[in-house]
Amino acid sequence: MKQTSHQFSENVTRALAEPTLKIALDRTTTLLRTRRAKVIDAFPEYAKARETAQKIKDHTLDNLGHYLRQFEENAIASGAQVYWAATPAEARKTVTDICKAEGAKTATRVKSMLGEEIGIGEALADAGVERIETDLAEHIIQLAGDPPSHIVMPAMHKTQEQVAELFAAKHKEPSEEQDVTSLVGSARRELRAKFMNADISISGANFLIADTGSFVTVTNEGNAELTTTPPKTHIVTVGIEKIVPSLKHAAVFLRLLSRAAIGTEITQYTTFFNGPKRDGDRDGPENLHIVLVDNHRSDMLSDFLRPMLRCIRCGACMNHCPVYAAVGGHAYGAVYPGPMGSVLTPAMTGLKGSKDLPNACTLNGRCREVCPVNIPLTDMLRALRAKQFDEGMPTPMTKWALRLWGVMATRPALYRFGTGVSNMALRLLARGRGKITSVPLAGGWTRTRDLPEPEAGTFMQQYKKRR
Amino acid sequence: MDAGHDTNPRVGFFVTCIVDAMRPNIGFASLKLLEEAGCTVEVPAAQTCCGQPAFNSGDDATTKRLAKQVIEAFEPYDYIVVPSGSCASMIRSHYGELFDDDPAWRDRQRVVSAKTWEILSFLTDVMKYAPKASYAGTATYHDSCSGLRDLGVHDQPRALLGQVDGLSLVPLEGNNECCGFGGTFCVKYPELSTAIVTDKTTKIKATKADTLLGGDMGCLMNMAGKLSREGEDMRVFHTIEVLAGMADGPGICAPKLK
Ligand code: SF4
Repeated sequence: MKQTSHQFSENVTRALAEPTLKIALDRTTTLLRTRRAKVIDAFPEYAKARETAQKIKDHTLDNLGHYLRQFEENAIASGAQVYWAATPAEARKTVTDICKAEGAKTATRVKSMLGEEIGIGEALADAGVERIETDLAEHIIQLAGDPPSHIVMPAMHKTQEQVAELFAAKHKEPSEEQDVTSLVGSARRELRAKFMNADISISGANFLIADTGSFVTVTNEGNAELTTTPPKTHIVTVGIEKIVPSLKHAAVFLRLLSRAAIGTEITQYTTFFNGPKRDGDRDGPENLHIVLVDNHRSDMLSDFLRPMLRCIRCGACMNHCPVYAAVGGHAYGAVYPGPMGSVLTPAMTGLKGSKDLPNACTLNGRCREVCPVNIPLTDMLRALRAKQFDEGMPTPMTKWALRLWGVMATRPALYRFGTGVSNMALRLLARGRGKITSVPLAGGWTRTRDLPEPEAGTFMQQYKKRR
Repeated sequence: MDAGHDTNPRVGFFVTCIVDAMRPNIGFASLKLLEEAGCTVEVPAAQTCCGQPAFNSGDDATTKRLAKQVIEAFEPYDYIVVPSGSCASMIRSHYGELFDDDPAWRDRQRVVSAKTWEILSFLTDVMKYAPKASYAGTATYHDSCSGLRDLGVHDQPRALLGQVDGLSLVPLEGNNECCGFGGTFCVKYPELSTAIVTDKTTKIKATKADTLLGGDMGCLMNMAGKLSREGEDMRVFHTIEVLAGMADGPGICAPKLK
């Protein structure tokens, strides 16, 4: 996708002017928040599981090289081929080389954010391979020509009504009815034959298991199984942080992931893959290729962004983010939206092109509170602001204002004088009405909100008189 | 903290820059209650701001200068009490991030941070204070984020307000959701801030309460400012004003009484 995070403010304005977007976002985020709260309440070991999950990830990150080598060895022993890609470009090339070698014309794809991150859609198009998205929401946005707007629910920006219109316009045999079951039926008729006839399947993985060389996918539609079973070749593209030492560790995350993501105890389909089809297996791919992608993860490992590598891509942080709920995922202009995206985008694509992302946050901390692996998102966003400040990125106006304020605030007597003057100025503007409806240079506030009229004299002035 | 302090502790009151500039009544209500609760209260003259605007803008050098100023001014007291969850949390939870490579200051900072309290939780948890106020009205309560999540201020204001004669408290849907203030956020991203506070005022109005209470002047100013612009005549007060019986004047953004 084309990154537009450098024009975040324009994106925000556009998003806020889009009336159906707010309806779509409110419906889904409210539902997800309520369901999550309920299922977490009914999970007495939640705090313990969260702590264990964090420990497992931290331990694995401390020994990342060891576990990745172990995974590679075991995956190869299971019959898979393993590739390492340092950059998205390398990952794309690996995938398209495999497609070319196979002479593939069509590829079915199981939704994966890593795939978006490396730009797999564009790569397949360049290689002349028809891409068929099999996840329902991915199918919707493929028809609409949109990038995903959420990491778990990529079509969150669309209302059911819009989906019905889209299917009616694009499907060969659309349903008359517009209820969910009929819409799903329409997509099924459209996709089923394509599932069976694809040359290649491409998926991500939610977990890599070091001591067996297996990997895990979770879906609620069963499309991962249906996608990866018929074609002769299965390609897995996955970030290196997805590794866990063994099956029992993956189980801890399986108990958290779906609860945090959509408020259910477990995903409908949880599949453990181990190697390609063996002699005597009735089905399954003959070739299994696993592409392990770095894309700045090693860099993050060695700096203050390290905790971000614990992320299991559940989306809870964005479901509970007031900024996300106001403007949706597209406004962030990058693959990963919401709080986790505002950390990942600068880390993966540079802070210069995503200056606004760490700043466009109230630091309210709800994201961290709901994060199943306790990632200190707000601390990292704040630290990214400090990095911007050190690198001289704030606008001259911001720097000037901060410097002036800093000079005043560190000199209490001067500060007293300044606050006394502004107290009088604001009272003049209020003209005794109790509120101020317009303040020069503070239009951002007063365009939509009144400012209270300050009392006559600051606290410090009044206090001095009283004592 | 040794127990002897808690009968008549010496409290340094940190008024916060917003209360100082906009609504001294919150400061005087705080002094009144702290004294009633048995504290000896002083207001050090060398105070300005806790440093949040600089901290949240990534200007760590300025933040550190301000933090040192706060530490120096408030070191002598048994407790530092603040009528804001957000500023209290800045001193208590975030100052520690500033002095990693400065052991001498780090030790002083740790002592000051540990004895810093948000006022409503201080009155309840440390002073075991029972208010003797009355207020005629139905109020709803917004939990400001830093107080709630960094300091665990949630039950204390409700317990205190539950003892106020004539006041009934109705729940606010999304009471733990950000109001969109966010300090510098509200001026840097006014459109986003407005969108968020609009959701908030919609939920506030749905409670049918006549009064909105909270524990942070920044957030209260944001919500009151929006309600006022929407033409609502909701009364908006800091909880401490109600508890001190000093909510008889105009609420935040309300016209002065004639
Ligand atoms: S940061 Fe936490 S809450 Fe957000 S997607 Fe990652 S794991 Fe989920």
